[in-house]
Amino acid sequence: MRGKLATTDNDPQNRLDAATIDHVARLARLELGDDEKRRLQAELGQILAHFADLEELATDQIAPTAMVVRTELPLREDAAKPSLPRDEVLSNAPESRAGFFAVPAVLDQ
Amino acid sequence: MSQLCSLSLAETRAGLDAGEFSSLEVTCAYLERIEALNPGLGAYLLVTDELAKEQARAADKRIAAGSAGPLTGVPIALKDVLATRGIRTTCASRMLSEFVPPYDAFVVERLREAGAVFLGKANMDEFAMGSSNENSAFYPVRNPWDLDRVPGGSSGGSAAAVAADLAVAALGSDTGGSIRQPAALCGTVGLKPTYGRVSRYGLVAFASSLDQIGPITKTVRDAATLLGAIAGHDPRDSTSLSLAPEDFESGFGRSIAGLRIGVPVEYFAAGLDPRVESAVMDAIALFADLGAEPVRVSLPHTRYALSTYYLLAPAEASSNLARFHGVRYGLRVEDDDVDAMMSRTRGAGFGAEVKRRIMLGTYALSAGYYDAFYLKAQKARTLIRADFDQAFEQCDLLLAATSPTTAFELGERSDDPLSMYLSDVLTIPANIAGLPAMSIPCGFAEGLPVGMQLIGGELQEGTLLQAANAFERAAHVAHRAPARAV
Repeated sequence: MRGKLATTDNDPQNRLDAATIDHVARLARLELGDDEKRRLQAELGQILAHFADLEELATDQIAPTAMVVRTELPLREDAAKPSLPRDEVLSNAPESRAGFFAVPAVLDQ
Repeated sequence: MSQLCSLSLAETRAGLDAGEFSSLEVTCAYLERIEALNPGLGAYLLVTDELAKEQARAADKRIAAGSAGPLTGVPIALKDVLATRGIRTTCASRMLSEFVPPYDAFVVERLREAGAVFLGKANMDEFAMGSSNENSAFYPVRNPWDLDRVPGGSSGGSAAAVAADLAVAALGSDTGGSIRQPAALCGTVGLKPTYGRVSRYGLVAFASSLDQIGPITKTVRDAATLLGAIAGHDPRDSTSLSLAPEDFESGFGRSIAGLRIGVPVEYFAAGLDPRVESAVMDAIALFADLGAEPVRVSLPHTRYALSTYYLLAPAEASSNLARFHGVRYGLRVEDDDVDAMMSRTRGAGFGAEVKRRIMLGTYALSAGYYDAFYLKAQKARTLIRADFDQAFEQCDLLLAATSPTTAFELGERSDDPLSMYLSDVLTIPANIAGLPAMSIPCGFAEGLPVGMQLIGGELQEGTLLQAANAFERAAHVAHRAPARAV
């Protein structure tokens, strides 16, 4: 099993290493302050160490469960229906222009 | 008029139909009580007084016209995770502090059609993540039985409102115990339906494979009534079950003799407060007096449920909460670079627990760790569920405590995420398996309510409610608001 725990093996407090925190925060698009990062190193490390109990379970022959509904779920009719009023939807947007959500430029001018 | 607020839903409806009082009178009594008590309790984030009076007047006309239904004119609180058209919906987050949904959740539509009165939006842990309500970005909720203690979470505002007679009933949501645990800690009834029983359309998603909406009420009968009003198929939720309408009160008054009540040994393990255990054992004895048959059962994978849940739920949350990025709704922290805008917005908009879970979930789903954590947890989910299947071959329902302890003090666990997560250890398995479960009051320990939990097989809400109703009558458990909050 690859990547058991990304804790530094020689850290008695099971802290997650700083590079992992930076990497995961980047994946989650989540800006964190230095204090927050330090706290998460300790907290996530402890929580993940606790989760290591799952390693005891023999699961090679076990299928994963993603969804608990056992019966077949009905599909809705594939019919065109009016969507929500555009003005009302855009009224919650931090910025909109000409009927669209607006974001900072993503392509070079 | 304060005595109007102590009535159950059934009593309120009877009084309305008999013309003893109007919906406007009841509604105004609640609004006055909320004005007096909410500043100390923090149960509501928003009180919709004008709307409530308008709905009450409309309900009174409907009652006069003889077309009232089981909820017409009844003042109800809605957890602020449910989208309400034209009414601010914050999820107790800075991220959504100004969000006004352009549509109603399915359950809100149902309640509007039924003629219910909306008192306001109930406080909660931010994005329904927490077990104490201390994660609200605005203010914590306090337990009506002891203002220095937590009401539980995440539906703490809903439970505290019902317990303190600030609403006849409330809707909450339950991903790992968020209806049942606060119901237990506040001394109310709370029911999490079978996954798929109630549409999640318009419920701001936390963990989509675990979330369900359900009632928090003063009595078991009221829970059955409210469940009946919100259950049903909705094509806008792809996991919504297509079921015939069901009368959830059909077993009320019928004998429970011969009902096999499974007592799972793993739920009575270390960490269970002996006073809670004693109240639950008394409840089992009372069930036996009523002719039910307690059966010892085992759910051997229970010890893995906490780890399983705290991998699956944060993983799903990290995906669901990706939508809060400063574009379509909610907060934006400006930056010329779009990536930086999103990261800064999310850094500023989310509180500590939400960030912790996004980080945990992103980690569990990230390359190199997916198999070791997320997939492993999904396999453990299969084993936990199989335990229940086997147990229900020997019994009709399961009985245990809802929470291992009574309400704890504000601040007591807020610096230790793991000890907070342990608050949910007895409620989480039912979510993992998608089973219906409810908490009902079964006594007090040193002045604080104790809740017992009943867990049923898939779609067995009727059996749960029948047993709970029989217990409630035999134990003479009657709703009363704590004197200290009055």
